[in-house]
Amino acid sequence: MTAIADPKSEPIATRHAYGDALVALGEAHADVVALDADLAVSTQSIKFGKRFPERFFNCGAAEANMMSMACGLAATGKVPYASTFAIFAAGRAYDQVRLGIAHNELKVRIGASHGGVSLGEDGASHAMIEDIALMRTMPRMQVVVPADYNQAYRAVVASYESNDAPMYIRFGRPSTPIVYEEIPESLGDGVDVLREGKDITLIATGHMVWRALEAADSLESEDGVEAEVLNVSIIKPLASDAVLESVSKTGVAVTAEEHRVAGGLADAVRSVAAEQHPVPIFAVGMGDEFSVSGTGEACMEHFGLTARAIADRAREALVLKPIVSRPPLFGPEWT
Amino acid sequence: MPANLARVSHLRPVPDPKPPALGEDLEPTIPELERWATLLRCECVRMLAVAKSGHLDSSLSAADVIAALYYRVLRHDPRRPDWPERDRFVLCKGHAAPIQYAALAHHGYFPLEDLMGLRQIGSQLQGHPDMNRTPGVEVSTGSLGQGLSMCVGIALALRLDGLDETAHVFGLLSDGDCQEGQTWEAATAARHFGISNITAIVDYNHLQTDGTTEEVMDTADVRAKFEAFGWDSVEIDGHDMASVVEALERSRTLDRPAAIVCQTKKGKGISAMEGQFGFHGKPPSPELAADALEELETRLEEQTRALQPSEEGARE
Repeated sequence: MTAIADPKSEPIATRHAYGDALVALGEAHADVVALDADLAVSTQSIKFGKRFPERFFNCGAAEANMMSMACGLAATGKVPYASTFAIFAAGRAYDQVRLGIAHNELKVRIGASHGGVSLGEDGASHAMIEDIALMRTMPRMQVVVPADYNQAYRAVVASYESNDAPMYIRFGRPSTPIVYEEIPESLGDGVDVLREGKDITLIATGHMVWRALEAADSLESEDGVEAEVLNVSIIKPLASDAVLESVSKTGVAVTAEEHRVAGGLADAVRSVAAEQHPVPIFAVGMGDEFSVSGTGEACMEHFGLTARAIADRAREALVLKPIVSRPPLFGPEWT
Repeated sequence: MPANLARVSHLRPVPDPKPPALGEDLEPTIPELERWATLLRCECVRMLAVAKSGHLDSSLSAADVIAALYYRVLRHDPRRPDWPERDRFVLCKGHAAPIQYAALAHHGYFPLEDLMGLRQIGSQLQGHPDMNRTPGVEVSTGSLGQGLSMCVGIALALRLDGLDETAHVFGLLSDGDCQEGQTWEAATAARHFGISNITAIVDYNHLQTDGTTEEVMDTADVRAKFEAFGWDSVEIDGHDMASVVEALERSRTLDRPAAIVCQTKKGKGISAMEGQFGFHGKPPSPELAADALEELETRLEEQTRALQPSEEGARE
């Protein structure tokens, strides 16, 4: 069993959890190997590389080669953790991930760091905002987006110990407030109810989770609205029961993600609801646009990926709720 | 064979398929290997004639290399496809799957009759190799350029398991693989990581989908390129069995990655197809298949006959 580190309490980037948990996995399991593509300091895989140099392969700026190498390693009995920026992991090396890893159903973990626009200054060329969509649609690929350091740590450990299918795990660049006080025992079914409420469901992932919690605070104090907050850490396979249970209670929802709305969390939630429990679902996320340069926080602000934006969207949704919606097919009557 | 196929004369079984020389101390001789190559070519024609789909000419250009590998060079055990110490073969040019399937079937990885299911719904023999469906396939390929990188990953895993002195990794690439940039990323990585148990065989047949390789995208001197990447690199006639065997066996003795550029002819073994443009990805017509089988089977008979007396003499 992997030794679990102490939880963090101060804001810290989720990518640090990748580096720390990877070392813990390396200590516990001799078949864990790691690959990186000249971004080992950024993705934090360097920690594994320093501890286990013989099991660490820096492939240089050649991501396609790295992903196919991970395929070869996994086909020969290793459990590779291949990390780089999300833009290269899901974008540049898409075909290599698709054929070599997903199609082969190999136990490879793709550590995709610097996901979303909070990568900041590097701008559009580096800010990956469609990786969740690409990986969601890829057959057999699981998509995990942890909300904070403590959950990210568990996600990495669990990726070895309780799961054998191909997995894409998205991490972020900036320091992010802690949502989970402890390192959770597991990711569960991938949907955690962080706050209960009856009026509206806020469904968030990754860096938007703590913002959704802030939005819920604001809705309560300013509008007297009781918002339920869900953290979706496993976007695929999505625990549809957990989502349906909440939206059947509240009757309206807002999703929040640092990603294109098209193909992302919003689409995942909407497709579940549309078939099984149609309710209005509004989305906070990236539109048909690329990111720009700026500090990470400024970029989030620029694209409306803030607690205030979530709360405002929720207010719109609540105003429209009785107009655009009709009574649910299942579940209790709305109040 | 299904009854409806038995009536079609050109689909009759290949005559006299001798069992592979498993467990025998004697290595197959060069003439024996040449005969196996002819037999594998016959199987490819039959498979493609039935499937009415696939890459026949690309399979035929690789037949001699495949025969040399499976019947002599590779350390493999069809009864234990997951034997940890086995050599690994990766068909980087996955579209030549029929020739690998033929070799695998003739070694008993799966029944010979399965060959006739190539590219059909429900068959384990996919259009391009699939590691989870076909025993003996190490990794799935078919997207050019990825194979050599997979070989590098396999070689590194073998090193971690302490098997790099025993198990060798052979990858078979095409002209198209050499056009893909990723192949050169892999070539860089193999030298950088100090891998010595890897051999890249290039089936350089000079023809691709849209024309000759020289017209479409001339890859220049591939042997010199591999050499520039720090590999041991030789160029041989890929249809000269003695050269093929010698180059393959030498490559596993080296202390650095090895490239063998095989000059080959697409469609080798069928006069109407040899070196001719226009057959890539096209199955043979029934007429062409019948003629091709007649030509190949005549050669097979000659090669079989030539082996009978000399075998006795050579082994006394």
